[in-house]
Amino acid sequence: MTQKSTRRDVLKLAGAATAATVAPTIATAQSAGGVVVIGAGFGGATAARYLRRAGVSVTLVEQNSSFSTCPFSNTVLGGINNFSSITHGFGGLRREGVNVVRGRVNAVDPDAKSITLDGGDTIAYDRLIMSPGIDFKWDAIEGYDEAAAELMPHAWKAGSQTNILRRQLEAMPDGGVVAIAPPGNPFRCPPGPYERASLIAHYLKTEKPRSKVLILDAKDSFSKQGLFQAGWAELYGDLIEWVPFSEGGNVARVDPATNTIFTDFDEHKVDVANIIPPQRSNRLVDTAGLADGGDWCPINQTTFESTIHANIHVLGDASIAGRMPKSGFSANSQAKVCAAAVAALLAGNDPASPSFINTCYSLVAPDYGISVAAIYRIIEDGTIAPVAGAGGVSPSDAPASTRALEADYARGWYASITADMFG
Amino acid sequence: MSPIKTMVAGTFGAALLALPVTLPAAADETAPANLANACAGCHGTDGISPGPTPSINEISEEDMIALLTAFKNDEAAVTMMNRIAKGYTDAEIAAIAAYFASMM
Repeated sequence: MTQKSTRRDVLKLAGAATAATVAPTIATAQSAGGVVVIGAGFGGATAARYLRRAGVSVTLVEQNSSFSTCPFSNTVLGGINNFSSITHGFGGLRREGVNVVRGRVNAVDPDAKSITLDGGDTIAYDRLIMSPGIDFKWDAIEGYDEAAAELMPHAWKAGSQTNILRRQLEAMPDGGVVAIAPPGNPFRCPPGPYERASLIAHYLKTEKPRSKVLILDAKDSFSKQGLFQAGWAELYGDLIEWVPFSEGGNVARVDPATNTIFTDFDEHKVDVANIIPPQRSNRLVDTAGLADGGDWCPINQTTFESTIHANIHVLGDASIAGRMPKSGFSANSQAKVCAAAVAALLAGNDPASPSFINTCYSLVAPDYGISVAAIYRIIEDGTIAPVAGAGGVSPSDAPASTRALEADYARGWYASITADMFG
Repeated sequence: MSPIKTMVAGTFGAALLALPVTLPAAADETAPANLANACAGCHGTDGISPGPTPSINEISEEDMIALLTAFKNDEAAVTMMNRIAKGYTDAEIAAIAAYFASMM
């Protein structure tokens, strides 16, 4: 990829830019204890990489041989990018000295300070960082179980589900109805279902213009709602219809055999049904009771150490991280703070005060981007909260050039954060 | 050049000239690395961006302070950084600038 420096060039701040400076590398750790990280996603890969940069020896356990990102998977659904473009290998992490182990973790033992993989191997840790992501509540929508998801894909974990949904969209005749059913809060990537509606509409408008996107929502409001709805009206006319909870949007039951969705008041027989069910932390956390009987894991929000078990840190979607949304950007930001805290704790030092950012870009169309951002700090009660007076959404009255620039920056964000995760 | 870029170039050029460059204040208790590492989410590890987002690794300490302060005070209008820069005190902005400068 080429390195651009648009703003710098425009502003003529720097002189002639030379090749990228090389990051300072820290010599291998002496005897800073071993850290095991579970999950090579936005949280886990970032934590592993930044621990290595701090000189800590790291084993990263991941069940797949590569990681496909949920962010930008909507561009695959919209036919803009190939699936391979959202799939990342671990060669860069290995080159930086991360010991990447392929395996599926089936239990965490906080007393023995070890994890057990399928097949029985155990790996001991001094400190464990878990960024295992979400699982679905299969019982929440009647008729929607793992088998149903093969017919009515959630596509809320990128992988085969993404490809199933894309194939269904490609096979659908012009004039068909695509239903998207977002869950209630909290869930992974709050603007994600609405970006998905946008990019599917972009595909349909181009290829199958008599078709429709029907959003059957379990909520009455959603992230960046005003910006999305203005963009939809401008770009897609009445191609996208949003049905909020209060107008009968809530999905109570599905029949995968007939592709029928039953809301509280109505039934919709559709051509493609994208059901995004309610979520909880990955069930792996239950092997150590880390969710304390709830859906998400309570933590010390400064260090991400579990309040249930010492020496186990939980971050990303699975954690209760104050008011940060469950997003890839949040997990990446949390992972760097967590890695610094773990490195400090292993060295017998006090962890430093955290600072976090979350920025979520959404593409309403390939050349139409919108965003929301916030800066987060620890407040007096020990929880993470946004800094007042900062952050917010893109202006509602921005010109097309701003939307196009934000679409470029959405792509820039993706390139940067995946490089930050995987090297 | 797009209108927004032109606007930024114009506004920013003026802002840079007008802004006094302040010396870094004593760092806030938030660790500089914790402040600066969050920038990598958009600008790349150590501020080196592989894509369309601007790199920030070769901006001098003085210029970065001036830039972030101008964004914070809406003296230069861009798409994202006005919203971000408002989340930091002047001392934190100085600490971020010093952190990136230390890697040059």
